[in-house]
Amino acid sequence: MRVLTLLMFLAHCLPVPLSPCLIVSLSPRLPVSPSPGAPAVVSAFDRPNDAGSVIQLRWSLSPDDASIDGYAVLRRARDDTAYTKIGSTMRGVTVFEDEGVQDGVPYEYIVASLRDGAMFHSEPSAPAMSYPQFFHKGRINVLLCIVAFTLLLAYFVVKARTGKDLFIRKIAGLAAVEEAVGRATEMGKPILYVPGLGDIDWTATIASMNILGEVARKIARYDSALIVPNRWSVTYTVSKEVVKEAFVAEGSPDKFKEEYVRYVTEAQFGFAAAINGIMTREKPATNFFIGRFWAESLIMAETGAQTGAFQIAGTDSVLQLPFFVSACDYTLMGEELYAASAYLSREPVLLGSLKAQDYGKLAVLLVLFGISLTSFFGVNLLPVLRVQ
Amino acid sequence: MKRRLPLAICFIMGLVMIVQFFIPHPTSLAFSSVIYKWIIVLMAFALVLAIGNLIRHHGEKIRRRKEDWPYSIVTLAGMVAMAAIGLTWGIASDSLYQKIFLNVMAPLGGTMFALLAYYMASAAYRAFRARSLEATLLLVSAFIVMIGFMPFGQYLHPRFPAFAEWIMTVPNMASQRGILLGVAFGSIATALKIILGIERSWLGGKD
Repeated sequence: MRVLTLLMFLAHCLPVPLSPCLIVSLSPRLPVSPSPGAPAVVSAFDRPNDAGSVIQLRWSLSPDDASIDGYAVLRRARDDTAYTKIGSTMRGVTVFEDEGVQDGVPYEYIVASLRDGAMFHSEPSAPAMSYPQFFHKGRINVLLCIVAFTLLLAYFVVKARTGKDLFIRKIAGLAAVEEAVGRATEMGKPILYVPGLGDIDWTATIASMNILGEVARKIARYDSALIVPNRWSVTYTVSKEVVKEAFVAEGSPDKFKEEYVRYVTEAQFGFAAAINGIMTREKPATNFFIGRFWAESLIMAETGAQTGAFQIAGTDSVLQLPFFVSACDYTLMGEELYAASAYLSREPVLLGSLKAQDYGKLAVLLVLFGISLTSFFGVNLLPVLRVQ
Repeated sequence: MKRRLPLAICFIMGLVMIVQFFIPHPTSLAFSSVIYKWIIVLMAFALVLAIGNLIRHHGEKIRRRKEDWPYSIVTLAGMVAMAAIGLTWGIASDSLYQKIFLNVMAPLGGTMFALLAYYMASAAYRAFRARSLEATLLLVSAFIVMIGFMPFGQYLHPRFPAFAEWIMTVPNMASQRGILLGVAFGSIATALKIILGIERSWLGGKD
């Protein structure tokens, strides 16, 4: 006990916080400092919804929080004889995550207020141990939404299969695709299809590939030429297969040419420069800009407008939509991009899925309206929707 | 079989990755990590095909002396030179590769980006021609926002900046959120349609 008191006295005299090696030498039964400033009620528990190896700590602020330097966190495994400093926080903080623990091993924690290098220890926490979880409970809301939407989708797909006529409003940009392909055929010029600058993991690029399939089928039917420049190697291979399959599906595989689908470069503005070069050299009659775009959208669309091409754009990037609207003849906005494949193919099953989307949106709008309404009465339902 | 195999792979992998999203266990994370490594391997194979396409396309242009074929020589020479320099002397921060990238590629990219200012001017001229009610509304709101965000705006009227801010945060934000809501549902529906094999345009369409 005298040794411990001596050590504590030395610790108080130190100009810097205790080093871990010094803490290790302390007794496991640290007495609670009677000095003011020690934080209270330290609780330790496994961090929920994770892969294990993390214990979360919470404590109450020291009554002298405003005058201390911060908090030190000390830990010991149940079989250890000493506490080890594992980290520190600033004052005003009441949480800490210990990411260096072993699953299934109980640990005890103490939190100390730091002032002028001295530590004022809390009571030890109850033992806590970490373990990995098999289900992320914080994502139950996402799971429920996916299940509900999948059921809605299945319902409308089945309904469409029974032959029920589904009304889909006219989308001007998609109605013009036929005209755009026909125009290029009449002029004897190629059609440029830019599937965006996003890689294949962007949903907009996948939607663009679906539209490319439909456009390529029309091109195969009209016997026009096509240019599909790609920024990414994977989108290049996918778009090549999509175009090839479309020509095969139309019964004219011999009309497909390898030069239709090209790989250009991964450099964003290098790609934009290449597209501008294609537009000014090869003068396509129709340009499609469909997919994910960034700052280069206007550079390409405006060049296309200056060459006199008929232009149809489509993106889910809200920031690029105004540029396309101002420079292109037709623009598919947001969800229209995802509806395009169904609209062009007119397959009842795909049209059914559009109905599911509409009802899904209606449900979300009702939920948002309900949450807004309850907030007027002081009931906050937002935490229920929060995804972890 | 040619159709069924890709559809089956797509269904299984799509389902597995959805399930993986809900399982935080280390085994699930390790599986996900393996899948991402596979993606990198697939990308490497795709890159070989893409570079092959680039060489073939430009080689053909040079061989047939098509219009502007000398640019194809620059493209191929640039690609071969950068690959050779990178493989020979490495790509460390002080390497020749990085010097060429920072002193040639980056300024060229910057130059293309700078062109955006001129394209914006011509696009704005076209968009702001008040030929319809929508275009007039666009012109008026753009004028208010531009003036409102300039220091000059508050001298015209003290409420100008607040009105410009209101246009951005209320009508503009409301329409953006509406579009984003549709995009979110469209993304989910597209993903589900492809996973469930309902959408087959990427395979050349219906059967």
